[in-house]
Amino acid sequence: MLAAYAYIGIFLVVAAVFGATVLVLSYVLSFVRIRPRKPETVKGTPYESGMVTLGKTWVQFNVRYYLYALLFVVFDVETVFLYPWAVRFKQLGLFGLVEMTIFIAILLIGYAYAWKRGALEW
Amino acid sequence: MPRVWDNFVYNWLAGFLQDWVAFLIMGIVVMAIILNFLALLVMVLQYMDRRLIARFQVRFGPNRVGPSGLLQPIADTIKLLTKEDLRPRLADPLVFTLAPLVVFLGGTLAFAVIPFNRSGFLADLNVGILYIFAITSLGAVGIFMAGWSSNNKYSLFGAMRAVAQLVAYEVPVVVSILGVVLITESLSLVDIVEKRDIPLILLQPLGFLIYLAAATAEVGRPPFDLLEAESELIAGYHTEYNGMRWALLQLGEYVATFAVAAVVTTLFLGGWKGPGPAVLGYVWFMLKALFVYLLILWVRASLPRVRIDQLMGFAWKFLLPLALLNVFITAAEALMWPDFPWLLVPVNIAIALGLVVLWSSLFQLRAYRKVEA
Repeated sequence: MLAAYAYIGIFLVVAAVFGATVLVLSYVLSFVRIRPRKPETVKGTPYESGMVTLGKTWVQFNVRYYLYALLFVVFDVETVFLYPWAVRFKQLGLFGLVEMTIFIAILLIGYAYAWKRGALEW
Repeated sequence: MPRVWDNFVYNWLAGFLQDWVAFLIMGIVVMAIILNFLALLVMVLQYMDRRLIARFQVRFGPNRVGPSGLLQPIADTIKLLTKEDLRPRLADPLVFTLAPLVVFLGGTLAFAVIPFNRSGFLADLNVGILYIFAITSLGAVGIFMAGWSSNNKYSLFGAMRAVAQLVAYEVPVVVSILGVVLITESLSLVDIVEKRDIPLILLQPLGFLIYLAAATAEVGRPPFDLLEAESELIAGYHTEYNGMRWALLQLGEYVATFAVAAVVTTLFLGGWKGPGPAVLGYVWFMLKALFVYLLILWVRASLPRVRIDQLMGFAWKFLLPLALLNVFITAAEALMWPDFPWLLVPVNIAIALGLVVLWSSLFQLRAYRKVEA
Protein backbone atom coordinates (compact mmCIF):
# COMPACT_ATOMS: atom_id res chain seq x y z
CA MET A 1 0.00 0.00 0.00
CA LEU A 2 2.86 2.39 0.79
CA ALA A 3 4.26 1.71 -2.67
CA ALA A 4 0.98 2.95 -4.15
CA TYR A 5 1.26 6.22 -2.25
CA ALA A 6 4.88 6.53 -3.35
CA TYR A 7 3.76 6.16 -6.96
CA ILE A 8 1.20 8.92 -6.52
CA GLY A 9 3.83 11.19 -5.03
CA ILE A 10 6.16 10.51 -7.95
CA PHE A 11 3.29 10.98 -10.39
CA LEU A 12 2.63 14.40 -8.86
CA VAL A 13 6.24 15.40 -9.52
CA VAL A 14 6.33 13.93 -13.05
CA ALA A 15 3.03 15.56 -14.03
CA ALA A 16 4.18 18.92 -12.60
CA VAL A 17 7.39 18.67 -14.62
CA PHE A 18 5.35 17.75 -17.72
CA GLY A 19 3.17 20.83 -17.28
CA ALA A 20 6.09 23.12 -16.44
CA THR A 21 7.98 21.94 -19.54
CA VAL A 22 5.20 23.28 -21.74
CA LEU A 23 5.39 26.70 -20.08
CA VAL A 24 9.20 26.80 -20.17
CA LEU A 25 9.25 25.68 -23.82
CA SER A 26 7.12 28.62 -24.91
CA TYR A 27 9.31 30.92 -22.79
CA VAL A 28 12.45 29.62 -24.50
CA LEU A 29 10.89 30.17 -27.94
CA SER A 30 10.84 33.93 -27.31
CA PHE A 31 14.65 33.92 -27.15
CA VAL A 32 15.10 32.25 -30.54
CA ARG A 33 12.80 34.87 -32.09
CA ILE A 34 10.06 32.38 -32.97
CA ARG A 35 7.70 33.94 -30.49
CA PRO A 36 7.21 37.71 -30.88
CA ARG A 37 7.90 39.99 -27.95
CA LYS A 38 6.76 43.57 -28.34
CA PRO A 39 5.65 44.90 -24.98
CA GLU A 40 3.34 47.93 -24.98
CA THR A 41 1.45 49.75 -22.24
CA VAL A 42 -1.99 49.01 -23.65
CA LYS A 43 -1.27 45.29 -23.85
CA GLY A 44 -0.75 45.21 -20.09
CA THR A 45 -4.16 46.61 -19.17
CA PRO A 46 -7.06 44.38 -18.08
CA TYR A 47 -9.21 43.16 -20.94
CA GLU A 48 -12.81 44.37 -20.81
CA SER A 49 -13.92 43.76 -24.38
CA GLY A 50 -12.26 46.92 -25.63
CA MET A 51 -13.71 49.38 -23.10
CA VAL A 52 -11.51 51.44 -20.79
CA THR A 53 -11.50 49.86 -17.33
CA LEU A 54 -13.90 51.47 -14.89
CA GLY A 55 -13.50 51.43 -11.11
CA LYS A 56 -11.28 49.07 -9.21
CA THR A 57 -10.92 45.32 -9.55
CA TRP A 58 -11.60 44.48 -5.94
CA VAL A 59 -15.37 44.90 -5.93
CA GLN A 60 -17.56 43.77 -3.06
CA PHE A 61 -19.24 40.39 -3.24
CA ASN A 62 -22.65 39.32 -2.12
CA VAL A 63 -22.90 37.62 1.25
CA ARG A 64 -24.64 34.64 -0.43
CA TYR A 65 -21.25 33.24 -1.45
CA TYR A 66 -20.26 32.88 2.21
CA LEU A 67 -23.64 31.41 3.11
CA TYR A 68 -23.14 28.67 0.54
CA ALA A 69 -19.66 28.02 1.85
CA LEU A 70 -21.09 27.50 5.35
CA LEU A 71 -23.74 25.10 4.04
CA PHE A 72 -21.07 23.22 2.14
CA VAL A 73 -18.99 22.71 5.26
CA VAL A 74 -21.98 21.18 7.07
CA PHE A 75 -22.73 18.69 4.31
CA ASP A 76 -19.12 17.87 3.57
CA VAL A 77 -18.41 16.98 7.18
CA GLU A 78 -21.49 14.76 7.07
CA THR A 79 -20.03 12.75 4.19
CA VAL A 80 -16.91 12.11 6.22
CA PHE A 81 -19.17 10.10 8.56
CA LEU A 82 -21.16 8.53 5.73
CA TYR A 83 -18.26 6.88 3.90
CA PRO A 84 -16.93 4.60 6.66
CA TRP A 85 -20.53 3.78 7.50
CA ALA A 86 -21.23 2.74 3.89
CA VAL A 87 -18.13 0.52 3.70
CA ARG A 88 -19.06 -1.40 6.87
CA PHE A 89 -22.85 -1.19 6.44
CA LYS A 90 -23.56 -4.91 5.95
CA GLN A 91 -21.81 -5.77 9.23
CA LEU A 92 -23.68 -3.07 11.12
CA GLY A 93 -27.07 -4.23 9.87
CA LEU A 94 -30.31 -2.68 11.08
CA PHE A 95 -28.51 -0.84 13.88
CA GLY A 96 -26.43 1.03 11.31
CA LEU A 97 -29.47 2.05 9.29
CA VAL A 98 -31.38 3.36 12.33
CA GLU A 99 -28.37 5.21 13.62
CA MET A 100 -27.66 6.88 10.31
CA THR A 101 -31.35 7.77 9.89
CA ILE A 102 -31.23 9.65 13.20
CA PHE A 103 -28.00 11.39 12.19
CA ILE A 104 -29.36 12.44 8.79
CA ALA A 105 -32.70 13.46 10.36
CA ILE A 106 -30.90 15.94 12.63
CA LEU A 107 -29.06 17.26 9.61
CA LEU A 108 -32.25 17.48 7.58
CA ILE A 109 -33.85 19.68 10.25
CA GLY A 110 -31.06 22.16 9.70
CA TYR A 111 -31.41 21.77 5.94
CA ALA A 112 -35.18 22.41 6.10
CA TYR A 113 -34.55 25.45 8.31
CA ALA A 114 -32.02 26.84 5.84
CA TRP A 115 -34.45 26.22 2.96
CA LYS A 116 -37.31 27.90 4.86
CA ARG A 117 -35.23 30.96 5.69
CA GLY A 118 -34.26 31.31 2.05
CA ALA A 119 -30.57 30.42 2.43
CA LEU A 120 -30.82 28.20 -0.64
CA GLU A 121 -32.18 31.00 -2.85
CA TRP A 122 -29.61 32.69 -5.03
CA MET B 1 -3.55 -8.73 -6.68
CA PRO B 2 -1.65 -7.96 -9.90
CA ARG B 3 0.31 -4.77 -9.85
CA VAL B 4 1.89 -2.63 -12.48
CA TRP B 5 5.38 -3.45 -11.18
CA ASP B 6 4.73 -7.21 -11.20
CA ASN B 7 5.72 -7.87 -14.80
CA PHE B 8 8.62 -9.17 -16.83
CA VAL B 9 10.11 -5.72 -17.47
CA TYR B 10 10.35 -5.10 -13.75
CA ASN B 11 11.84 -8.56 -13.16
CA TRP B 12 14.38 -7.98 -15.90
CA LEU B 13 15.32 -4.58 -14.48
CA ALA B 14 15.51 -5.97 -10.94
CA GLY B 15 17.98 -8.58 -12.22
CA PHE B 16 20.81 -6.07 -12.43
CA LEU B 17 19.54 -2.98 -10.62
CA GLN B 18 18.59 -2.32 -7.05
CA ASP B 19 14.99 -2.95 -6.18
CA TRP B 20 13.94 0.65 -5.66
CA VAL B 21 15.64 1.83 -8.85
CA ALA B 22 13.70 -0.73 -10.89
CA PHE B 23 10.54 0.30 -9.06
CA LEU B 24 11.19 3.95 -9.87
CA ILE B 25 11.98 3.32 -13.55
CA MET B 26 8.87 1.17 -14.01
CA GLY B 27 6.72 3.84 -12.39
CA ILE B 28 8.11 6.72 -14.42
CA VAL B 29 7.68 4.78 -17.68
CA VAL B 30 4.03 4.08 -16.91
CA MET B 31 3.49 7.70 -15.82
CA ALA B 32 5.04 9.03 -19.03
CA ILE B 33 2.75 6.74 -21.03
CA ILE B 34 -0.32 7.99 -19.14
CA LEU B 35 0.64 11.67 -19.48
CA ASN B 36 1.41 11.50 -23.18
CA PHE B 37 -1.70 9.45 -23.77
CA LEU B 38 -3.78 12.14 -22.02
CA ALA B 39 -2.16 14.98 -23.99
CA LEU B 40 -2.82 13.20 -27.28
CA LEU B 41 -6.32 12.25 -26.18
CA VAL B 42 -7.15 15.89 -25.47
CA MET B 43 -6.14 16.77 -29.04
CA VAL B 44 -8.47 14.09 -30.37
CA LEU B 45 -11.25 15.11 -28.00
CA GLN B 46 -10.96 18.76 -28.94
CA TYR B 47 -11.11 17.95 -32.63
CA MET B 48 -14.08 15.64 -32.02
CA ASP B 49 -15.78 18.35 -29.93
CA ARG B 50 -15.46 20.98 -32.60
CA ARG B 51 -16.55 18.72 -35.44
CA LEU B 52 -19.50 17.24 -33.57
CA ILE B 53 -20.73 20.53 -32.11
CA ALA B 54 -20.51 21.97 -35.62
CA ARG B 55 -22.64 19.09 -36.91
CA PHE B 56 -25.16 19.65 -34.11
CA GLN B 57 -25.38 23.31 -35.15
CA VAL B 58 -25.64 22.49 -38.89
CA ARG B 59 -22.25 23.84 -39.96
CA PHE B 60 -18.98 22.23 -41.01
CA GLY B 61 -16.46 22.95 -38.28
CA PRO B 62 -12.69 22.82 -38.94
CA ASN B 63 -12.15 21.19 -42.35
CA ARG B 64 -9.27 23.10 -43.98
CA VAL B 65 -6.07 21.89 -42.28
CA GLY B 66 -5.32 18.36 -43.46
CA PRO B 67 -7.88 15.81 -44.61
CA SER B 68 -11.24 16.84 -43.11
CA GLY B 69 -9.45 19.13 -40.67
CA LEU B 70 -7.58 16.34 -38.91
CA LEU B 71 -4.40 18.39 -38.49
CA GLN B 72 -6.27 21.31 -36.88
CA PRO B 73 -5.22 20.41 -33.28
CA ILE B 74 -1.54 20.37 -34.33
CA ALA B 75 -1.87 23.72 -36.09
CA ASP B 76 -3.57 25.12 -32.99
CA THR B 77 -0.77 23.90 -30.76
CA ILE B 78 1.87 25.54 -32.96
CA LYS B 79 -0.14 28.75 -33.01
CA LEU B 80 -0.42 28.77 -29.21
CA LEU B 81 3.28 28.00 -28.76
CA THR B 82 4.33 30.97 -30.89
CA LYS B 83 1.92 33.53 -29.45
CA GLU B 84 3.20 36.62 -27.74
CA ASP B 85 3.27 36.24 -23.98
CA LEU B 86 0.89 38.84 -22.56
CA ARG B 87 0.25 39.36 -18.89
CA PRO B 88 -1.68 42.21 -17.26
CA ARG B 89 0.73 44.64 -15.64
CA LEU B 90 -0.88 44.40 -12.22
CA ALA B 91 -1.32 40.63 -12.21
CA ASP B 92 0.37 38.55 -9.53
CA PRO B 93 3.15 36.92 -11.60
CA LEU B 94 3.76 33.80 -9.50
CA VAL B 95 0.12 32.83 -8.89
CA PHE B 96 -0.77 33.76 -12.47
CA THR B 97 1.80 31.30 -13.82
CA LEU B 98 1.14 28.55 -11.29
CA ALA B 99 -2.65 28.50 -11.75
CA PRO B 100 -2.72 26.61 -15.09
CA LEU B 101 -0.35 24.06 -13.61
CA VAL B 102 -2.64 23.46 -10.62
CA VAL B 103 -5.70 23.08 -12.87
CA PHE B 104 -3.79 20.63 -15.04
CA LEU B 105 -2.60 18.60 -12.03
CA GLY B 106 -6.12 18.41 -10.60
CA GLY B 107 -7.43 16.61 -13.65
CA THR B 108 -4.37 14.51 -14.41
CA LEU B 109 -3.67 13.07 -10.97
CA ALA B 110 -7.11 11.45 -10.90
CA PHE B 111 -5.89 8.98 -13.53
CA ALA B 112 -3.35 7.56 -11.08
CA VAL B 113 -5.95 5.30 -9.44
CA ILE B 114 -8.27 4.54 -12.37
CA PRO B 115 -7.91 0.95 -13.60
CA PHE B 116 -7.66 0.88 -17.40
CA ASN B 117 -7.46 -2.91 -17.38
CA ARG B 118 -7.25 -5.82 -14.93
CA SER B 119 -3.70 -4.90 -13.97
CA GLY B 120 -3.48 -1.66 -15.92
CA PHE B 121 -3.39 0.90 -13.15
CA LEU B 122 -0.67 2.96 -11.56
CA ALA B 123 -1.70 2.70 -7.92
CA ASP B 124 -4.43 0.83 -6.06
CA LEU B 125 -5.36 3.02 -3.11
CA ASN B 126 -7.75 1.56 -0.54
CA VAL B 127 -9.32 5.04 -0.35
CA GLY B 128 -9.39 5.51 -4.12
CA ILE B 129 -12.79 7.24 -4.31
CA LEU B 130 -11.93 9.74 -1.59
CA TYR B 131 -8.62 10.40 -3.35
CA ILE B 132 -10.45 11.18 -6.59
CA PHE B 133 -12.81 13.63 -4.86
CA ALA B 134 -9.93 15.32 -3.12
CA ILE B 135 -7.70 15.61 -6.16
CA THR B 136 -10.39 16.78 -8.59
CA SER B 137 -11.33 19.56 -6.16
CA LEU B 138 -7.80 20.88 -6.70
CA GLY B 139 -9.12 22.22 -10.01
CA ALA B 140 -11.31 24.67 -8.07
CA VAL B 141 -8.23 26.00 -6.27
CA GLY B 142 -6.45 26.45 -9.59
CA ILE B 143 -9.43 28.24 -11.12
CA PHE B 144 -9.66 30.60 -8.18
CA MET B 145 -5.93 31.26 -8.36
CA ALA B 146 -6.30 32.13 -12.05
CA GLY B 147 -9.25 34.48 -11.47
CA TRP B 148 -7.80 36.13 -8.40
CA SER B 149 -4.33 36.81 -9.80
CA SER B 150 -5.51 38.24 -13.14
CA ASN B 151 -6.46 41.61 -11.62
CA ASN B 152 -9.54 41.76 -13.84
CA LYS B 153 -13.09 42.28 -12.54
CA TYR B 154 -14.58 39.66 -14.79
CA SER B 155 -11.93 37.10 -13.97
CA LEU B 156 -12.70 37.59 -10.30
CA PHE B 157 -16.46 37.29 -10.92
CA GLY B 158 -15.85 34.08 -12.83
CA ALA B 159 -13.61 32.72 -10.10
CA MET B 160 -16.14 33.49 -7.34
CA ARG B 161 -18.89 31.86 -9.34
CA ALA B 162 -16.68 28.88 -10.04
CA VAL B 163 -16.00 28.33 -6.36
CA ALA B 164 -19.69 28.72 -5.41
CA GLN B 165 -20.67 26.29 -8.15
CA LEU B 166 -17.99 23.70 -7.41
CA VAL B 167 -18.77 23.86 -3.70
CA ALA B 168 -22.49 23.40 -4.36
CA TYR B 169 -22.03 20.44 -6.70
CA GLU B 170 -19.35 18.74 -4.64
CA VAL B 171 -22.02 17.63 -2.14
CA PRO B 172 -24.31 15.74 -4.58
CA VAL B 173 -21.24 14.23 -6.28
CA VAL B 174 -19.96 12.82 -3.02
CA VAL B 175 -23.35 11.63 -1.75
CA SER B 176 -24.41 9.99 -5.04
CA ILE B 177 -21.38 7.65 -4.98
CA LEU B 178 -22.40 6.31 -1.55
CA GLY B 179 -24.85 3.89 -3.20
CA VAL B 180 -22.00 2.28 -5.11
CA VAL B 181 -19.93 2.00 -1.94
CA LEU B 182 -22.88 0.41 -0.11
CA ILE B 183 -23.13 -2.28 -2.79
CA THR B 184 -19.42 -3.02 -3.24
CA GLU B 185 -18.27 -2.36 0.36
CA SER B 186 -15.01 -0.92 -0.87
CA LEU B 187 -13.48 2.45 -1.68
CA SER B 188 -10.78 1.03 -3.97
CA LEU B 189 -11.64 1.53 -7.64
CA VAL B 190 -9.88 -1.73 -8.55
CA ASP B 191 -12.04 -3.66 -6.08
CA ILE B 192 -15.23 -1.95 -7.20
CA VAL B 193 -14.72 -3.05 -10.79
CA GLU B 194 -13.78 -6.61 -9.88
CA LYS B 195 -16.43 -7.25 -7.27
CA ARG B 196 -19.63 -7.06 -9.31
CA ASP B 197 -20.32 -8.83 -12.57
CA ILE B 198 -23.17 -6.60 -13.68
CA PRO B 199 -22.54 -2.93 -14.40
CA LEU B 200 -23.65 -0.93 -11.38
CA ILE B 201 -25.67 1.49 -13.48
CA LEU B 202 -28.40 -1.17 -13.45
CA LEU B 203 -28.46 -1.27 -9.64
CA GLN B 204 -27.81 2.46 -9.22
CA PRO B 205 -29.61 4.26 -12.06
CA LEU B 206 -30.49 7.21 -9.82
CA GLY B 207 -26.95 7.52 -8.50
CA PHE B 208 -25.65 7.45 -12.07
CA LEU B 209 -27.94 10.26 -13.23
CA ILE B 210 -27.14 12.43 -10.20
CA TYR B 211 -23.42 11.83 -10.52
CA LEU B 212 -23.35 12.57 -14.24
CA ALA B 213 -25.29 15.84 -13.85
CA ALA B 214 -23.35 17.01 -10.79
CA ALA B 215 -19.94 16.05 -12.17
CA THR B 216 -20.66 17.82 -15.46
CA ALA B 217 -21.39 20.94 -13.41
CA GLU B 218 -18.30 20.40 -11.30
CA VAL B 219 -15.93 20.50 -14.26
CA GLY B 220 -17.86 23.52 -15.58
CA ARG B 221 -19.01 22.04 -18.86
CA PRO B 222 -22.04 23.48 -20.64
CA PRO B 223 -24.95 23.81 -19.82
CA PHE B 224 -23.38 24.53 -16.40
CA ASP B 225 -20.51 26.70 -17.69
CA LEU B 226 -21.46 29.83 -15.76
CA LEU B 227 -17.90 30.30 -14.59
CA GLU B 228 -16.93 31.27 -18.13
CA ALA B 229 -20.24 32.52 -19.52
CA GLU B 230 -18.96 34.68 -22.37
CA SER B 231 -22.14 36.73 -22.69
CA GLU B 232 -21.74 37.94 -19.10
CA LEU B 233 -18.11 37.54 -18.08
CA ILE B 234 -16.01 37.80 -21.30
CA ALA B 235 -14.33 34.45 -20.64
CA GLY B 236 -14.53 34.20 -16.87
CA TYR B 237 -11.43 33.16 -15.01
CA HIS B 238 -9.25 32.73 -18.12
CA THR B 239 -9.96 36.15 -19.68
CA GLU B 240 -6.37 37.28 -19.28
CA TYR B 241 -4.77 34.02 -20.35
CA ASN B 242 -3.25 33.40 -23.75
CA GLY B 243 -0.57 31.32 -25.42
CA MET B 244 0.73 28.27 -23.65
CA ARG B 245 -0.73 29.20 -20.26
CA TRP B 246 -4.19 29.23 -21.80
CA ALA B 247 -3.42 25.94 -23.55
CA LEU B 248 -2.51 24.37 -20.22
CA LEU B 249 -5.77 25.62 -18.65
CA GLN B 250 -7.72 24.20 -21.57
CA LEU B 251 -5.80 20.93 -21.33
CA GLY B 252 -6.65 20.71 -17.65
CA GLU B 253 -10.33 21.31 -18.36
CA TYR B 254 -10.52 18.61 -21.01
CA VAL B 255 -8.57 16.14 -18.88
CA ALA B 256 -10.92 16.84 -15.96
CA THR B 257 -13.94 16.17 -18.18
CA PHE B 258 -12.43 12.95 -19.41
CA ALA B 259 -11.64 12.06 -15.79
CA VAL B 260 -15.36 12.37 -15.06
CA ALA B 261 -16.09 10.04 -17.97
CA ALA B 262 -13.44 7.60 -16.70
CA VAL B 263 -14.85 7.65 -13.15
CA VAL B 264 -18.39 7.05 -14.45
CA THR B 265 -17.04 4.16 -16.52
CA THR B 266 -15.21 2.67 -13.55
CA LEU B 267 -17.97 3.07 -10.99
CA PHE B 268 -21.14 2.57 -12.99
CA LEU B 269 -20.35 0.89 -16.33
CA GLY B 270 -18.11 -1.95 -15.20
CA GLY B 271 -14.76 -0.40 -16.13
CA TRP B 272 -12.58 -2.58 -18.33
CA LYS B 273 -14.98 -5.55 -18.22
CA GLY B 274 -16.27 -6.88 -21.50
CA PRO B 275 -16.20 -9.97 -23.69
CA GLY B 276 -12.99 -11.03 -25.38
CA PRO B 277 -9.38 -11.61 -24.27
CA ALA B 278 -7.83 -9.65 -21.40
CA VAL B 279 -5.97 -7.20 -23.64
CA LEU B 280 -9.32 -5.92 -24.94
CA GLY B 281 -9.91 -4.44 -21.46
CA TYR B 282 -8.16 -1.25 -22.54
CA VAL B 283 -10.39 -1.03 -25.62
CA TRP B 284 -13.56 -1.63 -23.64
CA PHE B 285 -12.56 0.99 -21.10
CA MET B 286 -11.86 3.57 -23.80
CA LEU B 287 -15.08 2.79 -25.67
CA LYS B 288 -17.19 3.18 -22.54
CA ALA B 289 -15.38 6.35 -21.45
CA LEU B 290 -15.76 7.88 -24.91
CA PHE B 291 -19.44 6.97 -24.85
CA VAL B 292 -19.87 8.84 -21.55
CA TYR B 293 -17.89 11.76 -22.97
CA LEU B 294 -20.22 11.84 -25.97
CA LEU B 295 -23.19 11.88 -23.60
CA ILE B 296 -21.76 14.99 -21.92
CA LEU B 297 -21.16 16.51 -25.36
CA TRP B 298 -24.70 15.70 -26.46
CA VAL B 299 -26.13 17.45 -23.38
CA ARG B 300 -23.91 20.44 -24.15
CA ALA B 301 -25.18 20.64 -27.72
CA SER B 302 -28.84 20.25 -26.75
CA LEU B 303 -29.40 22.50 -23.75
CA PRO B 304 -28.98 26.27 -23.33
CA ARG B 305 -26.92 27.63 -20.46
CA VAL B 306 -28.86 27.79 -17.18
CA ARG B 307 -29.27 30.92 -15.04
CA ILE B 308 -27.19 31.19 -11.88
CA ASP B 309 -30.17 30.89 -9.52
CA GLN B 310 -31.39 27.84 -11.44
CA LEU B 311 -27.92 26.36 -11.20
CA MET B 312 -27.68 26.77 -7.44
CA GLY B 313 -31.27 25.65 -6.88
CA PHE B 314 -30.66 22.56 -8.99
CA ALA B 315 -27.75 21.51 -6.79
CA TRP B 316 -29.21 22.26 -3.36
CA LYS B 317 -32.92 21.58 -3.85
CA PHE B 318 -32.98 18.89 -6.52
CA LEU B 319 -29.80 16.82 -6.60
CA LEU B 320 -29.00 16.79 -2.88
CA PRO B 321 -32.38 15.49 -1.57
CA LEU B 322 -32.51 12.89 -4.34
CA ALA B 323 -28.96 11.76 -3.57
CA LEU B 324 -29.78 11.39 0.13
CA LEU B 325 -32.95 9.42 -0.72
CA ASN B 326 -30.90 7.21 -3.01
CA VAL B 327 -28.52 6.39 -0.15
CA PHE B 328 -31.38 5.33 2.12
CA ILE B 329 -33.14 3.26 -0.53
CA THR B 330 -29.87 1.48 -1.33
CA ALA B 331 -29.15 0.92 2.37
CA ALA B 332 -32.61 -0.59 2.92
CA GLU B 333 -32.08 -2.87 -0.07
CA ALA B 334 -28.65 -3.90 1.20
CA LEU B 335 -30.28 -4.84 4.50
CA MET B 336 -32.99 -7.00 2.92
CA TRP B 337 -31.13 -8.49 -0.06
CA PRO B 338 -27.42 -8.31 0.83
CA ASP B 339 -26.23 -9.79 -2.49
CA PHE B 340 -28.38 -7.54 -4.72
CA PRO B 341 -30.16 -10.07 -7.02
CA TRP B 342 -31.11 -9.30 -10.63
CA LEU B 343 -34.70 -8.81 -9.49
CA LEU B 344 -33.72 -5.43 -8.06
CA VAL B 345 -32.71 -4.05 -11.47
CA PRO B 346 -36.21 -3.26 -12.80
CA VAL B 347 -37.32 -2.17 -9.32
CA ASN B 348 -34.46 0.31 -9.03
CA ILE B 349 -34.97 1.67 -12.53
CA ALA B 350 -38.66 2.18 -11.75
CA ILE B 351 -37.80 3.93 -8.45
CA ALA B 352 -35.29 6.18 -10.20
CA LEU B 353 -37.70 7.19 -12.94
CA GLY B 354 -40.54 7.74 -10.47
CA LEU B 355 -38.44 9.89 -8.14
CA VAL B 356 -36.98 12.01 -10.92
CA VAL B 357 -40.39 12.67 -12.47
CA LEU B 358 -42.05 13.35 -9.10
CA TRP B 359 -39.31 15.61 -7.76
CA SER B 360 -38.92 17.56 -10.99
CA SER B 361 -42.66 18.27 -11.13
CA LEU B 362 -42.57 19.56 -7.53
CA PHE B 363 -39.45 21.55 -8.27
CA GLN B 364 -40.95 23.21 -11.34
CA LEU B 365 -44.12 24.23 -9.54
CA ARG B 366 -42.08 25.94 -6.84
CA ALA B 367 -39.94 27.81 -9.33
CA TYR B 368 -42.93 29.05 -11.32
CA ARG B 369 -44.85 30.15 -8.25
CA LYS B 370 -41.88 32.18 -7.08
CA VAL B 371 -41.70 33.99 -10.40
CA GLU B 372 -45.40 34.92 -10.28
CA ALA B 373 -45.25 36.29 -6.74
